[in-house]
Amino acid sequence: MAVTTMVGAKIHRREDPKLITGHGSYVDDMQLTGMVHMAVVRSAQAHAKIVSVDLTAASKAPGVVAVYTARDFKKVISGGLPVTESLIADKKQTPNQFPIAESEAVYFGEPIAVVLAESRYQAADCAELVQVEYESLPVLVDFEKALEKGSPTAHTGAPDNVAWDVNFNGGDLEAAFKESEVTVKERIIQQRVFPISMEPRAVLANYVPFGNQLTVWTSSQVPHFIRLFLCIGLGMPESQIRVVAPDVGGGFGSKLRPYPEEYLAAAASKLSGRPVKWIEGRTENLQATSHGRGHIFDIEVGAKRDGTLLALKITMLSDLGAYIGVFGALQSSLAMLLSPGCYKWKAVHGRAIGVLTNKMSTDPYRGAGRPEAAHLVERAVDLVAQELKLDPADVRAKNFAEDFPFTSILGMVYDSGEYQKSLDKAKEIVGYKALRQKQADLRKQGKYLGIGLSTYVEICGVGPSAATAHVSGSLALVESSVVRVHPTGSVTVAVGTHSHGQGHATTFAQIAADALGLPYANIEIREGDTGDTPFGYGSYGSRSLPVGGVSINRSCQKVVDKAKKIAAHMLEAADEDVVFDQGQFYVKGSPDKRKAMGEVAFAAYGPGLPEGMEQGLEAVTYFDPPNFTWPFGAHICVVEVDPETGEVDIQKYVAVDDCGNIINPMIVDGQIHGGVAQGIGQALFEEAVHDPETGALRTGTLLDYSIPGIGEIPNLQLDRTITPSPTNELGVKGVGEAGTIAASAAVINAIVDALSPFGIKHVDMPASPDRLWKQIKQAREHSNGGKEARK
Amino acid sequence: MKHKVATTVNGHKHEHEVEPRLLLVHYLRDVVGLTGTHIGCDTSQCGSCTILVDGKAVKSCTMFAVQAEGRQLTTIEGMAKDGELHPLQQAFWDEHGLQCGYCTPGFIMAAAYLLDQNPNPTEDEIRKGLEGNLCRCTGYVNIVKSVQSAAKAMDGAKAKTSERSAAVGRS
Repeated sequence: MAVTTMVGAKIHRREDPKLITGHGSYVDDMQLTGMVHMAVVRSAQAHAKIVSVDLTAASKAPGVVAVYTARDFKKVISGGLPVTESLIADKKQTPNQFPIAESEAVYFGEPIAVVLAESRYQAADCAELVQVEYESLPVLVDFEKALEKGSPTAHTGAPDNVAWDVNFNGGDLEAAFKESEVTVKERIIQQRVFPISMEPRAVLANYVPFGNQLTVWTSSQVPHFIRLFLCIGLGMPESQIRVVAPDVGGGFGSKLRPYPEEYLAAAASKLSGRPVKWIEGRTENLQATSHGRGHIFDIEVGAKRDGTLLALKITMLSDLGAYIGVFGALQSSLAMLLSPGCYKWKAVHGRAIGVLTNKMSTDPYRGAGRPEAAHLVERAVDLVAQELKLDPADVRAKNFAEDFPFTSILGMVYDSGEYQKSLDKAKEIVGYKALRQKQADLRKQGKYLGIGLSTYVEICGVGPSAATAHVSGSLALVESSVVRVHPTGSVTVAVGTHSHGQGHATTFAQIAADALGLPYANIEIREGDTGDTPFGYGSYGSRSLPVGGVSINRSCQKVVDKAKKIAAHMLEAADEDVVFDQGQFYVKGSPDKRKAMGEVAFAAYGPGLPEGMEQGLEAVTYFDPPNFTWPFGAHICVVEVDPETGEVDIQKYVAVDDCGNIINPMIVDGQIHGGVAQGIGQALFEEAVHDPETGALRTGTLLDYSIPGIGEIPNLQLDRTITPSPTNELGVKGVGEAGTIAASAAVINAIVDALSPFGIKHVDMPASPDRLWKQIKQAREHSNGGKEARK
Repeated sequence: MKHKVATTVNGHKHEHEVEPRLLLVHYLRDVVGLTGTHIGCDTSQCGSCTILVDGKAVKSCTMFAVQAEGRQLTTIEGMAKDGELHPLQQAFWDEHGLQCGYCTPGFIMAAAYLLDQNPNPTEDEIRKGLEGNLCRCTGYVNIVKSVQSAAKAMDGAKAKTSERSAAVGRS
């Protein structure tokens, strides 16, 4: 029967018709009667004392409704923005962030004043008239320097710039290095990047004093989180606040925290008595929406001559910005905990130091710590292979974890994996052996082909409360669902996650249709509105399916259990004799006499139910997963580098991913495509650059900051293996970030492989033509210099 | 200091008084009330606001509303006709050419112009023709496929139309 084949089927997305016809509903598409527009006056200095804020001219501007500063907001906002208590026990300092600066601005773009005006243009005009007098303070841009003794501090009066300094140790490192026959060292930079969702952030807040009700529409991945924190910040009960994340134009991690502007727009509505709309411009987005990555890794690797990996020592410095991102500590921890990758090591020791600087916070960006981990360990393996003149595929094969569940040297339990299988498949698709031959032939002609491998493993399904509650301020990062079957057999499924491109309305309906045995068309998915969905933790960390999707499945099972009792009653049979099969209930052995789920649903609301049973057919689940899930895969990138220009041409990109069982292959492939593109973006093009003296953002527009365009991403060849997760009954793992986690290492390994004849061992990101050209030039001079010296 | 501007948007005539500095994209969204055209940057890089002005793809953040005086404007809302999706819309749906959907109207409009100029583009020509639009979700793989599939469908439709007119001619 058709209804039981939804899971695994390529179903076209039901969210698309409105989006392809221009009928989506993003925040800026909404208008409320009496609405005013908010513009934010931002610090033009990265670190300065705010001497005065002169509002005289602004208050007289045409169309102005109000001008507010921190002093006004203090009347309605209490406390600061939240910060996760982090995985890090010995945190040194956590600067408190009020949504708007009062006496000291600590990053370029920090809010200083807010104006409200009748139109967007008037608000922008009015903001320009606010006069801020600054007294410059020392600016910290270089986060390595910020650690030096006697360095000025990012916040006046702070003891130093260390937010945390913590060790992640597994195994006996000294012994492992002693056993090593070869060691390599490298410094690997993870540059700061911008997440850049195509829709910048946007907020519309409407406070209604009669009844003390606040509604906030916000472009967010986590509406329930936002409500929780707004209620704390504004001193209002949650029951009086409704947060709606409607259509959201991408997030990539940058919309999973409460932001100053959400507090400010809500408070401004309260202060002014008008609905307030704030739409972020792209330049603002680059200044004041969280940045990603921003670390320096110093690594030392020890191995045997045969390629057996033994020891890995890591020091990780993280450029946190002026305030610790809400999940800033989490991504540092993930980078450390995942640094062993999919390999067996004797010892891995990591030291993570979080450093405060005068910049915007870094917070999760697609992958959040796992791209960093994958990049460093995949580079480490290639460094060993290069040093020993071994094939990097063979070094990987020698060291893969094989028995599952596998406990990594840092104590993480990987649920399932078949690392060699995905690598073999990727090698076969790309034609690995032939390519190596081609590479050798081309080198003779002065052409530099490079083949880069990335055999990543990652962690999804955040998360088991036992592992996450102590790091999330006692929140269990479970996920919720309510499944309600209506009398005529249509179904409303309300979930605590949020979809901003992932297609939940489609895939979640596929799961529910199968579990309930009802037609897919009967299932309606509700999410994003705290007014009609259960408390949930939102969408990030590739958790929607392995946590939210499983929650839906369980609610459906509970519904089926109740329906079965009703059916047994209708069939005059004992509960345990009734079978539920593809949407039909019948007594074992007599499938002819049957009751369809739809009939049972109608009966559930009628009279004559089994003794003591209440009417209705619905269920709630808060799913707390027993473990994380561990997707993995093998990506192979083939590049040619032009040594005369430093230009990189990606000739082939093969991705073999394993995210467990698949609900909708079309959507899974789409997630990989986009993820890989972002990884390629970081590897080749993207870098957020601040002026080293002033801390001003030099890459403040999409003209200065280059995300990949349609000409820069090759056709990606995808394939997959399927290793179900034993962690949940759907066998799913999550796929939202896999592409990004894998890609940067594949690209950089390919470039280094191409340039290895020049003696180049490492290339940092972005591997732009000028960087590569300089490196090739230096390498050539070095080798020429050597020759000359020998003469 | 407002100026009168008269335009035709998706076949409907509009007359408004607007500020001379009002961008065409804000005119469409805030004055005419068609919010399918999106804004994704401040500097004309992203192409989310692409519409057709007299049949030609234009980033509507690069024009003032007053410059659209007397012009025929087509936005994403004008692409589906009589309840039938435009072949490009259908193709983006079929080929999973969108995820968050924010850049999609701009891509569809830019692709409409491309296919108008070049009904059977090669993959390279598609990539060149759409280089003014940015997408952060799809990696462009399925956008390219969508345009290829729409080109095929539109070519097929055209062939059918000419067959039909040939048949009519014979009768």
